[in-house]
Amino acid sequence: MNTFVDTIPPIEVHDLTVAYHHLPVLWDIDVTFPQGKLIAIVGPNGAGKSTLLKAVMGLIPLASGYVRFYGKSSTKGAYNVAYVPQRGSVDWDFPTTAYDVVLMGRYGQLSLFGRPRRRDREIALDALNKVGMESYANRQISQLSGGQQQRVFLARALAQQTSVYLMDEPFAGVDAATERAIVTLLQDLRERGATVVAVHHDLQTVPEYFDDVLLLNLRAVAYGPVSEVFTSENLQKTYGGRLPMLTEVAEKLRRKEWSRRDETD
Amino acid sequence: MRLISISLYDMIEMLPAASAAMPDWLRFFTFQSPNVVYVLLGCMALGAGSGLIGCFSFLRKRSLIGDALAHAALPGVCMVFLLTGTKNPWVILAGASIACWVGALSIDAIVRYTRCKEDSALGMVLSVYFGLGILLLTYIQQRGDAAQSGLDNFLFGQAAAMVPRDVRVISLVSLLLIVAVVLAYKELKLMTFDPEYARAIGMPVRLLEVFLATLLVLAVAIGLQAVGVVLMAALLVTPAATARFWTHRLSIMLLLAALFGAMSGFIGAYVSYLGPKMPTGPWMVIAVTFVFLVSLLLAPQRGLLARWLRISRYRRKTLHENVLRTLYLLGEPDKDWQQLYSIDAMMKRRTFIPNTLAGVLSRLKKGGFVQEPVGGQFRLTESGILRAARLTRLHRLWEIYLTKKLELPSDHVHADAEEVEHIITPAMEVELAATLDYPEEDPHRKVVPAPVATAESSEDSQS
Repeated sequence: MNTFVDTIPPIEVHDLTVAYHHLPVLWDIDVTFPQGKLIAIVGPNGAGKSTLLKAVMGLIPLASGYVRFYGKSSTKGAYNVAYVPQRGSVDWDFPTTAYDVVLMGRYGQLSLFGRPRRRDREIALDALNKVGMESYANRQISQLSGGQQQRVFLARALAQQTSVYLMDEPFAGVDAATERAIVTLLQDLRERGATVVAVHHDLQTVPEYFDDVLLLNLRAVAYGPVSEVFTSENLQKTYGGRLPMLTEVAEKLRRKEWSRRDETD
Repeated sequence: MRLISISLYDMIEMLPAASAAMPDWLRFFTFQSPNVVYVLLGCMALGAGSGLIGCFSFLRKRSLIGDALAHAALPGVCMVFLLTGTKNPWVILAGASIACWVGALSIDAIVRYTRCKEDSALGMVLSVYFGLGILLLTYIQQRGDAAQSGLDNFLFGQAAAMVPRDVRVISLVSLLLIVAVVLAYKELKLMTFDPEYARAIGMPVRLLEVFLATLLVLAVAIGLQAVGVVLMAALLVTPAATARFWTHRLSIMLLLAALFGAMSGFIGAYVSYLGPKMPTGPWMVIAVTFVFLVSLLLAPQRGLLARWLRISRYRRKTLHENVLRTLYLLGEPDKDWQQLYSIDAMMKRRTFIPNTLAGVLSRLKKGGFVQEPVGGQFRLTESGILRAARLTRLHRLWEIYLTKKLELPSDHVHADAEEVEHIITPAMEVELAATLDYPEEDPHRKVVPAPVATAESSEDSQS
């Protein structure tokens, strides 16, 4: 117990419940992500993987529970958490360059109306370098391939220069070269003591790429080191069959428009 | 109050005698009447300000919101006139802004609390508020009050009816819009590109939404006098859409949109000067739409002409390469490419339109890929053989790739390879050969030609 003080976890999720229009999509998630680990969130379609990331980021209101970063309440922007949204969440025809998108990673550290300084520009260029995209710095983002766009998003997160990274399907639809580049990058981050939580859809590569895994299907089925938790029994629980009662109750909640907890929406 | 009905045209009489001898269309450019300059500046400032703000609505794919807000402004204008009896531009601006905000909040409320989507909400708010505005306008006009004359200018705009006080308000607010966009450039940019990420890194996105909406409301409100509620939307959308043709940078796009907006303001004011009964709004819209059409046609990369050129260049390249490959295939059985082939012989190997084929051959001859030692008899030159061999290599590599990696039957792969042979880059060629372990025969047991070491012909590099 003597290590208690210096093991304040980077991310603590406590009794988190999320509901869309009174329809709970995540139930009572309790999970603590430790420092310096690569963590995969795995689960079937509609299991609430992206929703969990967004809830942790504070992008959607919680029906109950709380999230803490290093023991501090996760009020929006209070802690610098790097976020990599799904590539499809933005319009890549936006008139801007790869470098400009990466520079946006610095905006969180700038004051309102403040301009990026030389140091921010250096950090952005360095981040582009780290994902092997330096020669595409001035390329219009619509002219990048899917894998390159994903790398730009990663570089933007790197430019935030922080220790907690949340990534929504960073490997989705990327080419082999990008996949290798991302894996190397994740390992570098781990070596520097960063914590990376990534939604992952390829079960095959989970043991190879990640240390820990969270099996998720509307509730947290299991969490722990891949070697212990990533068992066929747990996978069966996560992917096998729907949960008829849960779905039924959720549907009832929706029809009666009865709110589980007070919601601000 | 009679002052308002003085048009630019009437002001000509105030000009010095020398310039009075000039025709109207020329005298305008002497800029001697301070009032002409005033109105001109007002219209240009308005065009620039609304063009600038319109870029953000355009990029957020919410262009129509400006239209709904402009229509929603009319009842506000009428209401403050009924209440105060003046057409003081500050009062009008306040009335229009309040009505715009109420309109915006109505749209928001409809989307939030009903099953209606945003497009229906926009449609409803636009027509209901506009209808209400017309009702009030009719009521005011029937009262027969002298002060109300010119209130209907708010429908289509009448730049000539503007007095210096109006122009001052327009210019001031436009300047404010420009300063606001320059100041909050970074925030507006990120919020437009990726609002979710903006919130994730702690930007006050809700606040910025209100900020941007306020700018939009102001842009609409100052446009009412010169352009009118009906056509204001065009001044928000069209400059942005036009600017997007010419650049890949947001900063330049903003600059261009402001410029196009100012240009249309200039033209609108000019026409209003020449024909004092002409409403300004339609002319500004026509001017900016003309620039849009020119851009649509001529813009590099995004323009129709550029796209058409790209497609026809690619078609021509494909055709040339098909002819080269036909000659190559004819000579392949005997490994002898010195033989001569007539157009008929080539047509037997592959279907071409005879005239087209003749044209292609003469161009290939000029390019040094084909010789015609005897009239009507052709063969490949040294560089022609190299290029055709490479195409054949790519064609066959791709067939192997499809049969081996995708396990497609070998009689299904030819058509696909016909397309792909024209687009594979040297880097892809190297990778393809490596993945397939440097094969020597294709699925049809034909030899894969060895890699061609020479540099790519310029035509092959990215098109």
